[in-house]
Amino acid sequence: MASNLTYNLQGDKLSIKFSGELTLYTITTFHKQLQTISFNEVSLIALDLHELVYLDTAAAIFLIKLEEEYNTKSKKTRILCFNEKILSTLKLVKMQRTITNSETKTNDTKGLFLKSSIIRINKFFYGFLLFMEFFGRVFMTQSDHLESLNNIRYKEIAFELNESAIKAIGIVALTSFLIGVVVAYQSAYQLKLYGANIFIVDMLGISILRELAPLITAIVIAGRSGSAFTAQIGAMKITEELDAMKTMGFDPFTFLVIPKIIALMIAMPILIFIADIMGIFGGMIVSHIDLGISYELFLDRFREVVDVRHFFIGIIKGPFFAFLIASIGIYRGLIVKNDTQSIGLNTTKSVVESIFAVIVCDALFSIALTNLGI
Amino acid sequence: MSIISVRDIHTQFDEKIVHKGLNLDINEGEIYGLLGPSGCGKTTLLREMVLLQEFTHGNITILDKSLSNISQVNAQSLRRDWGVLFQAGALFSSLSIEENIALPLVEYTDLSLAMINEIVKFKINLVGLKSTAAKLYPSQISGGMKKKAGLARALAMDPKLLFLDEPTSGLDPISAREFDALILKLRDMLGLTVVMVSHDLRSIYDTLDRVAIIDEMKIAYEGTLGDVTTSSSDFVKTFFK
Repeated sequence: MASNLTYNLQGDKLSIKFSGELTLYTITTFHKQLQTISFNEVSLIALDLHELVYLDTAAAIFLIKLEEEYNTKSKKTRILCFNEKILSTLKLVKMQRTITNSETKTNDTKGLFLKSSIIRINKFFYGFLLFMEFFGRVFMTQSDHLESLNNIRYKEIAFELNESAIKAIGIVALTSFLIGVVVAYQSAYQLKLYGANIFIVDMLGISILRELAPLITAIVIAGRSGSAFTAQIGAMKITEELDAMKTMGFDPFTFLVIPKIIALMIAMPILIFIADIMGIFGGMIVSHIDLGISYELFLDRFREVVDVRHFFIGIIKGPFFAFLIASIGIYRGLIVKNDTQSIGLNTTKSVVESIFAVIVCDALFSIALTNLGI
Repeated sequence: MSIISVRDIHTQFDEKIVHKGLNLDINEGEIYGLLGPSGCGKTTLLREMVLLQEFTHGNITILDKSLSNISQVNAQSLRRDWGVLFQAGALFSSLSIEENIALPLVEYTDLSLAMINEIVKFKINLVGLKSTAAKLYPSQISGGMKKKAGLARALAMDPKLLFLDEPTSGLDPISAREFDALILKLRDMLGLTVVMVSHDLRSIYDTLDRVAIIDEMKIAYEGTLGDVTTSSSDFVKTFFK
C-alpha cells in the first residue's frame, strides 16, 4: 500500500499527516520533503498518524527523531495517534533509545588523541615484548634440543624439510633462472656500448652469488613457506589443536616451532645453491645469444674472476634469513586470534615483515662484510 | 575426598573482571558441572584448571598439586593424569583418527606398535566409534564422531580426570543422549572424575552429580541439582524454572 505525506500550515500551527504504510522504504523521501518546509513562524507541530495503517520500527525511529529534532528547535511537537499497535511500536523504540543513549554516554571519554596514542604505543610495546618472549622460548627449547640427540624430532624435521625445501626447488630454480636472464639481458645492452662484453661474467658472478640468489630465494620462501607456517599454525589455534597439544603435555615449541625453524635453516643454503646455479645458467645463455660469449669462455672467465668467497657469503646468509622467515611466520601464527579474519591479517603481516626483516638483515651483512673487507 | 579445589580465584583480562573470588570443591568419582549464563567465565575457569590460562589471584589444587607457580615437571605429570575434550574435538587435522588416539601413547610410553594398536582399537570401541572410522581423517567425519574420537584420545592414557567443554553442544538430541550415557558408563567403568561445562538441560539433569553455577563473577550456587532452586540468582530462576 502506498503511503502519503501531506502537511497543512495554519498560522503558527503545522500539522503533518502521514497515511498508509510508513516503512523504511519511504522515510528518506519524507525526510527530504519535510526539510523543505520553513518553520520560522511555526510554534506548534502535530504529527498526525490517524490514517496510518502500519508503522515499522525504522519508521518509528524516524518519527521519534523527528519529534526530538523539532523539540530542540523549541517547537511544541505532539504525536497524534489512537492505533494501539502503532503506539506500542513507538513505545518500544522510545524505551530502547533511552537505554542505548544512557549506555553510550558513559563511553564518552574515548577518542582523546593523547589517550588513544598512548594505548597504541603501549600495544606496540606489548607486541614487541611478546615477540621477544617468543624468541626467548625458541632459544630455550633449542638449547634443550642440543642437550641430547634423542630430543631432536627427526621425523618432524624431515617432514618440514620436504614441505618447505624439496617442494620449493622448482619455483626457486625458475625464479632465479629468470632473474639471471633479465639481469644479463639488461646489462648486456649497456656493456655492448663500451665493448666490454666479457665483463658480464664478473658482473653476473658477483651480483648473483653474493646478493641476488640469497635475496630471491628468501623472498620466494617467505611468500611460500613463511605464509604457510602462519596459516597452518593459525588454523590449528582456531580449531583448538594447539590447546589440545598443551593439555596433553606436548609443547608446541618442540613439536611445531623448532622443527620448522631447523628444517628451514637446513634447507635455505641448499636452495640458495640451486638458485646460484640457475641464475648463472640463465646469464650464460643470454651472454651466448646476445654477446656471443661461448659457454666454455664464460666458465673459464668465471673461474678466473669470481672469488669463491662470494659464493660462501651468499650461502652463509641462508640460515640467518631462514631463521627470520620461520620465526616471524610462526610467531604470527601463534598470535592469531579466534577468528578467521585474523588468519588473513597475520599471514599478510608475516610475509611483509619477513621480507622486510630479510632485507634489513641483508643490508647489515652488506655493511659488516664490506667494512671487514670481505 | 576432594580432587580439585578452587580457592578464591580472581581473573581479569585487561579491564574486564571475569572471576571475583570463586571457591569450589570437586570430589573423586563425581560428575561435576560448571554452569552459568554465556560469558560468565565457565570455560575460562576450565581452561585455568587445565593450565591453558593463568588466573590473576587465588589458587587451584588438582590431585594435590597447586597450580600457582607449578614446576614444569609437575605440570607435565598432571597433563598425563587428565584428558581434555574440546568443544569441537580439536583432533589434529594432519593425523588420522587412530593416529590421533595413538599419539600420547607413542610419545609417552615405550609400548610396542602392536600393543598400541590394540589399545587404540579398544578405546575406539569403548567410545562407540565404528572401527572403519579409524583410518579416516578428522575432516572426513561428522561432528558427533569427532567428539567421540576426541573423547577416545582424551582417554588414551587412562586419566583419572576428564575435562569436557560443552560435550553435547552441536550434537543432535539422539547423539547427545548417547554421549551422556557414554559419560555415565565410563565414569562407572573407569572410576573417572568428570568436570564439564554444559548448557544442555537434559544432559545436566541426566549426568551431573553436583554443579557450580557461576553468575556475576561469583559462585551463585554449589551443590546437588535437587536444591538448586533455593538459589536466588536470576540465572538459576530462568534456567531451572
